[in-house]
Amino acid sequence: MQPFTSVSGIAAPLLLPNITTDAMSPTIAGRSTSADLGALLFANWRYRPDGSEIREFILNKPKFRESKILLAGPNFGCGSSRERAVWALLRFGIRVVIAPNFADIFYDNAFQNGLLPVTLPLEKYSVLADAVSQVRAPMMTVDLERNVLQSPDGREIAFEVPAERRTALLEGLDEIAVILRLQSYIDVFQTADRRDRSWIYLERAMPGKSHPEQGLHPVPDKIELPDKVENGTPE
Amino acid sequence: MPTLIDKIWKRHVIRELSDGRTLLHIDRHLIHDGSSRQAFDGLRATFRTVRNPTLNFAVVDHIVSTLPGRTGESYPPGQERIRALRVNCIEFGLELYDVDSPRQGIVHVIAPELGIALPGCTLVCGDSHTATNGGLGALAWGIGTTEVMHVMAAQALLMRKPKQMRVTFRGTPQEGIYAKDLILYFIGKHGVAVGTGFAVEYAGDAIRTMTPEERMTVCNMSIEFGARMGIVAPDDAAIQYVAGRPFAPTGSKWDAALADWRGLQSDPGAKFDRDFEIDCSHVRPQITWGTSPQDLVAVDEPLPDPFAVADPERRAAIKRALTYMALTPGHTLEDIPIDYAFIGSCTNSRLSDLEAAARVVQGRKVHEGVKALVVPGSMQVKAAAEAAGLDKIFIEAGFEWRNAGCSMCVTSNGDMVDPRKRSISTTNRNFEHRQGPQARTHLASPAMVAAAAVSGCIVDVRKLLKR
Repeated sequence: MQPFTSVSGIAAPLLLPNITTDAMSPTIAGRSTSADLGALLFANWRYRPDGSEIREFILNKPKFRESKILLAGPNFGCGSSRERAVWALLRFGIRVVIAPNFADIFYDNAFQNGLLPVTLPLEKYSVLADAVSQVRAPMMTVDLERNVLQSPDGREIAFEVPAERRTALLEGLDEIAVILRLQSYIDVFQTADRRDRSWIYLERAMPGKSHPEQGLHPVPDKIELPDKVENGTPE
Repeated sequence: MPTLIDKIWKRHVIRELSDGRTLLHIDRHLIHDGSSRQAFDGLRATFRTVRNPTLNFAVVDHIVSTLPGRTGESYPPGQERIRALRVNCIEFGLELYDVDSPRQGIVHVIAPELGIALPGCTLVCGDSHTATNGGLGALAWGIGTTEVMHVMAAQALLMRKPKQMRVTFRGTPQEGIYAKDLILYFIGKHGVAVGTGFAVEYAGDAIRTMTPEERMTVCNMSIEFGARMGIVAPDDAAIQYVAGRPFAPTGSKWDAALADWRGLQSDPGAKFDRDFEIDCSHVRPQITWGTSPQDLVAVDEPLPDPFAVADPERRAAIKRALTYMALTPGHTLEDIPIDYAFIGSCTNSRLSDLEAAARVVQGRKVHEGVKALVVPGSMQVKAAAEAAGLDKIFIEAGFEWRNAGCSMCVTSNGDMVDPRKRSISTTNRNFEHRQGPQARTHLASPAMVAAAAVSGCIVDVRKLLKR
């Protein structure tokens, strides 16, 4: 994952509430794997049916074509779980979305890909939204190392991000690495669970190339457990 | 006093991390053609395998043609993704219900139907409507593609435990009111963000008297008010539903499972972070008028007038939605002509949904100029409906009788509503452009959709039920 430390750039205000992942990446962008997700970001809001651009849409305005930050309304990313919505924002060049709150699945998907969702309490959000709306080309800096963003009027606003998400972003760490470091705990769990909840573990002939199930391997009496997992991130 | 969700959560904890996250065991993983490709690519690129292939199931549903005689090649833009899923399932040793399989269907319809979803299990899928499986008492939720890869590699996910909400449905709904109306009513009353950050338990006598299929409809729409998980405590009805299904336990495993499932309910006095109650006895047929599932009215209720709304943000949203939908404030939706009627999707495509629609359609004809489709949720639902003669009722009335898939709910397979045409649909999302560019969607129950199909306009289904 691309690490995230600090981003400076134009912030585009798109203050509608309940912006869906469907709006960010419509179905048409998912039909073909070769679709240009960035070009299709907010496709139905950016283009007319004949493909021509809708000038009034914020990301089509000359100053906002290079936006790196999106300031959005509450419940951003609701609806479909499509991770493509996050990929579309990133391909366009957006690295940060700031909103009063986010839909749960979008929020998780964003962190998995190095897109920073910043949740701001309403009071701070309103101050920032005013500042962004009052400038023609609102420049902002979002500094994750200091947990501070700089509003276009120069004011600094502190923000919070869950600690483990922050660490992962700063280090560009994929969550799968954390999970697989805990693999021996999964082995232990499944061994005991096979006895306690035998009905969960389906035994059936599987097609294709055979992949022996790890849980079916003989489990050694003593399993070595990693000793430093408490902070959830590798050394 | 633990809740149902506490109990299920606790027994799946592999490890709690000091940062507040939990590594949670995932008992069942469902994979489909829409959200899995990059996850397989990710496994391949890092030389990882699927940890527990037997706990993973794959199906084609999103991008597959629903036309009679369809193959994986019938919808050309979908060929690439379907082929990719086939190759991936062979390479990683996973069972795939392909286009020609009698078990094929919408992922959230086949998981309960095949006994893949079980009471008390954790179940995930790269699709936001996964909570449908909560109708059987499974703790089920939707994930993104990166997490699809995590589950395949580790059969586990890193999670933060959500807050918990209880929604209690009380009272007896009137004739012509269905599970869909009740959950729509809740969303209309409390909005699309009330469940963000929460897992929901549905309770109350109106839920207890529902069939498991009806509970699935309720749980299905949890995400439409922001909740990733929605669940109903498993009872005799849920257990009877599961018994004898292909992947349901048998023999001594069944006995052990049953003993376990009997304990799956919230303890009396269990505390929830939020508690809501809905009186079902006065709910009228619900239908959306706008472009968000919270834009709801009863069919005989006037549309909102933006000028009567004080909050400027809400006023702007109402105006925008009315313009998109080409509707005038103050009027009711009754008598508004429709162009499409769609019966299908993971919300409302099970046998009981088709039965409810067929009761309205029987002896009537689809109105001239209306394109009406029935897309059964699975090939098993289709076969059962045909055995009951429902296909004849629909076909004789002028409906198209299709093969199973997500179809016009998400339009990935090219089934869509033409620009600026009006659709009444049993699906779950009425977003702008959801059923096709400029498409105008009204969400309602299968009976309401059937009533509109035969009337050519939106009508109160209760008028057609009296005969």
